Amino acid sequence: MTQLDFYGIDAIHLQEREELLPGRLIVLEGTDGVGRSTQLHLLRPWLESSGYAVVDTEMTRSILAGAGLKQAKEGHTLGPITLNLFYATDFVDRFESQIVPALRAGFIVLTDRYIYSLMARALVRGADPRWIRSIYGLALKPDAIFYLKVGIDDLIPRVLQRGGFDYWESGMDMKLGEDLFESFVNYQTQMLEQYEEMTSEYGFQVLDASLPVEQLNEQLKQKFLPLLPHG
Amino acid sequence: METYGSHAYPGRLFVVEGVDGSGKSTQIALLRQWLISEGYTVFFSEWNSSPLVKKTTSKGKKKQLLTPTTFSLIHATDFADRTEHDIIPPLKAGAIVLADRYIYTAFARDVARNVDREWVRELYQFAVKPTMAFYYRVPLEVSLNRILTGRTELKYYEAGMDLGLSSDPQESFKLFQERIVCEYESMIDEFGLTVMDATLPIPEQQRRMRKLIRPYLHGVRRMRASAKESAWAGLAREMRPSQAEVVGRTGGL
Repeated sequence: MTQLDFYGIDAIHLQEREELLPGRLIVLEGTDGVGRSTQLHLLRPWLESSGYAVVDTEMTRSILAGAGLKQAKEGHTLGPITLNLFYATDFVDRFESQIVPALRAGFIVLTDRYIYSLMARALVRGADPRWIRSIYGLALKPDAIFYLKVGIDDLIPRVLQRGGFDYWESGMDMKLGEDLFESFVNYQTQMLEQYEEMTSEYGFQVLDASLPVEQLNEQLKQKFLPLLPHG
Repeated sequence: METYGSHAYPGRLFVVEGVDGSGKSTQIALLRQWLISEGYTVFFSEWNSSPLVKKTTSKGKKKQLLTPTTFSLIHATDFADRTEHDIIPPLKAGAIVLADRYIYTAFARDVARNVDREWVRELYQFAVKPTMAFYYRVPLEVSLNRILTGRTELKYYEAGMDLGLSSDPQESFKLFQERIVCEYESMIDEFGLTVMDATLPIPEQQRRMRKLIRPYLHGVRRMRASAKESAWAGLAREMRPSQAEVVGRTGGL
């Protein structure tokens, strides 16, 4: 059962309606290219074969704002505040139309990133911490948050192997270096610092993302078991 | 990131607020003409007009995907884009920015939709605090009459149909507007809105608005002198030839 516990104001009034959420909300966090989706692709069939209904969700996948957000990022007029709020719209649409209904129906909700990455990217871009926290204060506290931790030196070869440095993943909107590589290093270093700061505040369970995929997956499964209903 | 009240720019920001049919758009259009004729650089910005966000908003409205919270967020996103493009840069450049509807519209509508009052205020923390915010107060019967006369159809969200107050759009619109008015009234003190009597004749309202704004124009740079002042200056030169000669002799300083 996911508790009706929030970081801030329960702006969508779940407490008022005395919602029961028999599902589980499990979050995988970590920076770009750390291997979150690889792990989720392994976890989902494993859960389903054990009889659990699973829903997964990730950033920019909302029906409402996903397409608009991606399109806005293609252009060159998107300012940092607008970008943050576009992401917030995308998140809340997924939260209200995917996450909460699935929890209500008893699903295991696996989310590829949650509010933490969204806050980290906003804070790195100079957002007011109080402002960004109050917006995401409407989010439910998850049943567990697994943080896939990696050092910048381990991250670089992974990202290169995956196809190179992406504009946004390198924070090029802030142009933190002479080129993509320099900006990537500076941006991701700042992102990792944000995750580090959030670790104890939000109770991340830290996993070493530099481990081989199977080994990391085994660790995650062990950590999942006690979280599952009748687990 | 600067937040509400902490911005300090050389420009001025005047906003009009009020329910649909209060006549605020007419007033701000007249104000704009006057300011331009006075020689000021005027930048005009309208609610819900960001080209970046437009498609998402209309998709949400058309397909009725919006909940009160996402309705609130998408409008905040739209407003953020306008703040970053249409409001802050002209204010920094020393222009006069006029806004037809501002954050108070969001506060009124969103809270009327049961969005948490405090949450939505936090959401708009990035907004620039206006130099003056005018609230055009009008009795509900008057505004409803202005809006509903000759209109066949009210849109779903416009009528507040998502609230389920009534299955009849006109009835729902009335109930929704009533809630909005309540919110506006409670914001007068909270945000120091300047209340304008929107039942007065249009020229009288405009005269009052200009009178209230004038003191805040002191020190704002003009592109040129106003038409009236240029005429006066010309006249003054003719009347004081001796002074004009002095200026001429010292090289036009």
